[in-house]
Amino acid sequence: MRLVLKNAKKYNEETLSNIYIEDGKFANEFAEDTADRVIDLKGATVTPGLVDMHCHLREPGGEYKETIKTGTASAAKGGYTSICCMPNTNPVADNAAVISGIMKKAEEAGNCRVYPIGAATKNIEGDQISEMGLMKDAGIVAVSDDGRPIKNAGIMRKVLEYASDFDIPVLNHCEDKSLAEGAMNEGPISTTIGIRGIPTAAEDIMISRDIILSEYLDIPVHICHVSTKGGVRMIRDAKARGVKVTAETCPHYFTLTDACCENYDTNFKMHPPLRTQEHVDAIIEGLKDGTIDTIATDNAPHHEDEKVCEFSVALNGILGFETAFALGYTYLVKTGVITLEKLVDLMCFAPSKILKLGRGGMEVGDDADLAVFNTSDEFTFDKNTLLSKSRNTPYDGWKLYGETLLTIMGGKVTYEKLC
Amino acid sequence: MGLKSKDLLGMKQLTADEIMEILDTAKTMKLVISSANKKTSHLQGKSVVTLFYENSTRTRLSFELASKYMGSASANISTSGSSVKKGESLLDTARTIDMMGTDIIIMRHNQSGAPHFIAPYLKSSVVNAGDGMNEHPTQALLDMLTMYERFDTFEGKKIAICGDIYHSRVVRSNAIGLTKLGAQVSVYGPKTMMPIGIENLGVRIADSVADCVKDADAVMGLRVQLERQQKSLFPSIAEYAKFYAITPEMLALAKPDAFLMHPGPCNHGVELPTAVYDCDQSVINEQVTNGVAVRMAVLYLLMARRNQL
Repeated sequence: MRLVLKNAKKYNEETLSNIYIEDGKFANEFAEDTADRVIDLKGATVTPGLVDMHCHLREPGGEYKETIKTGTASAAKGGYTSICCMPNTNPVADNAAVISGIMKKAEEAGNCRVYPIGAATKNIEGDQISEMGLMKDAGIVAVSDDGRPIKNAGIMRKVLEYASDFDIPVLNHCEDKSLAEGAMNEGPISTTIGIRGIPTAAEDIMISRDIILSEYLDIPVHICHVSTKGGVRMIRDAKARGVKVTAETCPHYFTLTDACCENYDTNFKMHPPLRTQEHVDAIIEGLKDGTIDTIATDNAPHHEDEKVCEFSVALNGILGFETAFALGYTYLVKTGVITLEKLVDLMCFAPSKILKLGRGGMEVGDDADLAVFNTSDEFTFDKNTLLSKSRNTPYDGWKLYGETLLTIMGGKVTYEKLC
Repeated sequence: MGLKSKDLLGMKQLTADEIMEILDTAKTMKLVISSANKKTSHLQGKSVVTLFYENSTRTRLSFELASKYMGSASANISTSGSSVKKGESLLDTARTIDMMGTDIIIMRHNQSGAPHFIAPYLKSSVVNAGDGMNEHPTQALLDMLTMYERFDTFEGKKIAICGDIYHSRVVRSNAIGLTKLGAQVSVYGPKTMMPIGIENLGVRIADSVADCVKDADAVMGLRVQLERQQKSLFPSIAEYAKFYAITPEMLALAKPDAFLMHPGPCNHGVELPTAVYDCDQSVINEQVTNGVAVRMAVLYLLMARRNQL
C-alpha cells in the first residue's frame, strides 16, 4: 500500500510538502502514479498521531456505554493513533488475562494502538499489589487505580517501589476521598445550588503526599488530571527540586468552570470536579510553563440513563476524544497561550515519553501515524456526529477550530472526512 | 402581573414583584382559611399530585389542604407503596404522573436539583416542596408572609437565622427571597455547619449567636437535621444547646418587638429551649397557618398562568 498526502502543512514547518507512506511507514519520495491513493490535503495542518495516556474504553463489562471497537473509532476521529485505557473495567484489568483480552479486541478493531494500563492493586481495592510483572509481559504500559486512588500511603509506597522494579510508571488520580464526598467543586456555586462540595484541598493533599513519596523514594510518579492551582504550584516546585513528577490535565479543566453546574447539567459533572476561574487560569499557566506535561482526555463514556437523572446520582465523567484537539487548538493556540508545536508536544510527544511508547516520529522508516486538522475554518461540534456509543459531552454546539479531516495509523486510514 | 414561569422551582427564579404578588394573594387566602366555609372554586376541575420522596408532615398536609380548600382533585404518592420502590427512575415516575392529566405536581426530593431536572420534561407545573439542601421556596414564602404581616416593608429589616446553615434549604430560600426584598440577613452556626461561600447569597456571617440576633427584627431558629448529617458535626446535644441554641438571654438581644420563628419540626432543648418555643414572641404556630395560605396562593397563581395559556 502506497499513499501520498499532497500539500501537507506540517505542524512545525512553514511551507507545504508531500508525505509519502509505504507499507505502514513514512517513506522517501516516490512517483505519484505508482501510489495506490493520492490525497490532496490542500494545506491542512498535519501532526503526528495524537497520544492519550488516560481514557476509558469500558470493555469488558461496560459494553452498553462503549466497546473497544467504538471507543477506538471515536479516538481515531479525534486524531488519536495511540491511547491508554484505564483498568476500572468489570472485571478489573488487574491480571494478564484481562489485559490480553483488551489488546486482542483492539487489534481486531484496528482503529488505534491501545496500550492498557493495569490496576496498581488487586481489584483496585488499594490493598494488595497487582501482578504488575505478568501484566507488563501482556502489554501494560503503566499501573493506576484511577478513580479509586490508593488512600493508604504505605500501600502507595509499596506500589511505587514494586512498579519501579519493572520500570512501570505509576499514575495516580489524586483525591482524598474523606474530603471528597460531594458532587461538584466546593465554593459559592455549590453552596448556592445546595450540592455537597469537593474542596480543592482533597486533590492538593494527595498530590502533596505523592510528591513527598516520589521525592523520598526517588521513584517517578505521574499525577492524573490536575485541576487545582495548589496542585500546579506543588508540581512546579517539585520539578524545580528535581523530583521525578509528571502531570496531566484535561481540556475541561482549561475550558470550563464550576459555574457550568448551576443548572444541574450532569454533563458538567466529573472527578475531579470543574473548579473556579482562578484554578482554570493556573492550569493554563501550568500548561504554558511546562509544569503540566500533557493533555489527556479522561474520555469517560456513560449511558444516557446514567446522566439524564438527578445531579448527585449521575455518574462522573465526560467524553473527550472527539473534542480534545479542537479545544486545545481553539483555547490555547488560537488565543496565543502556546504554539501549535507546544500543543503537539502536550498531546503526543510528552505522553509518549512518560510511558516510553516511542510514538510521534515522522521520519522515513517511522510508523506512519498522523492526523490532519482543519485549523483555518470554524466548525460547530454536534454531539450527534459522535462515533462514541455515548453522548455525554458538555461541548455540544460549541464553535471550535481544528476539526479532524484524516487520521492514519500505521499507514492505514482510520478516520477520514476529506473526500 | 402573575407568575412568569410554569413552575415554582425556587426563590432564585422569582422576582421581587412575583414574591410580593404571592404574599398579597396569600393574605387574601388566609381569609378563606379562617372563614366558616373553607371552600373556593379556584382549582375546581383541576388535579394536584404530591410526590414526596422524603418524609413530611406539615408541608405535605398544608399543600393537600390548600388544594382541597380550593376544590381540586388531589392525590398523593410517597416512596413507599409506589413503583419508586421497584427502582423506577424519577423521570419515568414524573412522566407517568404527568400523563394522567395532572395540572400541578408538588415534589419533595432528597436530591438538590431534582425538580429542576424533571420540570422541562413535563406539561404539568412543578412546585418544589424541598429539594435536598437547595431550596424550599414555599417555606421561605410562608416565613416572609409571617414577617409581612408585621412589617410594612422588608427594606432594611434585620433577620437573624441560627443553626445548621449547611444542610438547610430553608436558609437558602429565605436568604435569597429576603435579600431580593431589601432585608438584611445574618446567619450563624457551628463552623462545621457553615457552607463555604454562603456570603455570596447576600447574607452576613455573624461571629456568634449574640452577634447574629443583636437588634434583629426577626429571629429564626433552624432544626438540627440529624438525618442529613453524614458525620458528626458537633460533639453532643448538650454542647450544641449550650453554645448554639437561641436561649431567652439571646432572644433578649433582639429588638424588643422582635418575634421568633422556626420552620419546624423543632428539636426541643436542642436548637430552642421549650421556654423559648412557647414564649410570647414565638410565632411558630402562626407560621403553620400561613403555610396553608401561601400554598393556596402559589397553586392559585400557577393555575391562573396555566389558564391563560
